[in-house]
Amino acid sequence: MSLFNWFRPRPTAPAARERLQILLAHERAVGGGSDLIATLKEEILAVIAKHFPLERDKVTVKLDRGDAFSTLEIDIEVPTMNRGQGATRMALRG
Amino acid sequence: MSKVLVVTSGKGGVGKTTSTAALGAALAQLGKTVVVVDFDVGLRNLDLVMGAERRVVFDLINVIQGDAKLPQALIRDKRIEGLSLLPASQTRDKDALSAEGVARVIAELREKFDWVICDSPAGIEKGATLAMHHADAAVVVTNPEVSSVRDSDRIIGMLDSKTAKAERGERIEKHLLLTRYDAARAARGEMLKVEDVLEILSIPLLGIIPESEEVLRASNVGSPVTLNAPQSNPGRAYFDAAKRLNGETVAMATPGEKRGLLGKLFGRRVA
Repeated sequence: MSLFNWFRPRPTAPAARERLQILLAHERAVGGGSDLIATLKEEILAVIAKHFPLERDKVTVKLDRGDAFSTLEIDIEVPTMNRGQGATRMALRG
Repeated sequence: MSKVLVVTSGKGGVGKTTSTAALGAALAQLGKTVVVVDFDVGLRNLDLVMGAERRVVFDLINVIQGDAKLPQALIRDKRIEGLSLLPASQTRDKDALSAEGVARVIAELREKFDWVICDSPAGIEKGATLAMHHADAAVVVTNPEVSSVRDSDRIIGMLDSKTAKAERGERIEKHLLLTRYDAARAARGEMLKVEDVLEILSIPLLGIIPESEEVLRASNVGSPVTLNAPQSNPGRAYFDAAKRLNGETVAMATPGEKRGLLGKLFGRRVA
């Protein structure tokens, strides 16, 4: 043991290893990860656009990865029917 | 028998070009005929690292588009017998690379050289996929750092699905080259260990290249580290990796830190 052990910051490599293992397990499972989200976003956009005029950047699709389960979060901001009154947001979590 | 090797990583700045030059120069010094091919169209740098930047006349794109014959574009290394460079174009972009053109050039190179080493651009776009497409084997260059490991994992997935070998249902040989490794920091738990990266990526280890001042020193003067400082720690590590590529069995030495008395006393490097 070295004289300077007391002053050393805690080892951070185990955290790096653990974060990578969790992240990559998920990324491998969905086969490329971001592709799934992009496809989902496109399909949601196509469906909503049938009913509302919609801007692309008003739809966000997020996949939060947890240990026990993952959360898919879809947030859609649609313009309100009454002009000039801002926007309505529809959020869906599942 | 000729072998096409792609040096790839996903992430930029991890040492693909340095490793291509060092492995190419080492294999040539071991008596093989080698061509190193720069696939980073628009951002070529292999010519600079190899010290041939003033000798570029024609490039890969010229050959693909039929403006020059392959022998006209190949630059023979003046220092090492059997080593040649096929530079990338600096003025064009990656769209000038065509799948058929690349296939034709690689086939022609296979006839002339024992080793065709393709230096992939960073990223997962066209340039990177074309660089890996015809490879028999891949060297995945990885730093012991989270973003590099993640990108390597992605690239390994692409090697297994997007290469010609994968499309034929064959397995592409994959090798991990861990670069910029600092054994002392890993021992202190400040850096991912070799075993950590191996366990996460689960591909066989080709070599461990220690973080070293010699690497920058070599690129400063346009000489691969295996030529400029063959006896240095990174020079020896690259030579060992080259021998393993050749099928030799070389014991894996973790490049150790030489610590003096003060270093041992304080448990850290005294720079």
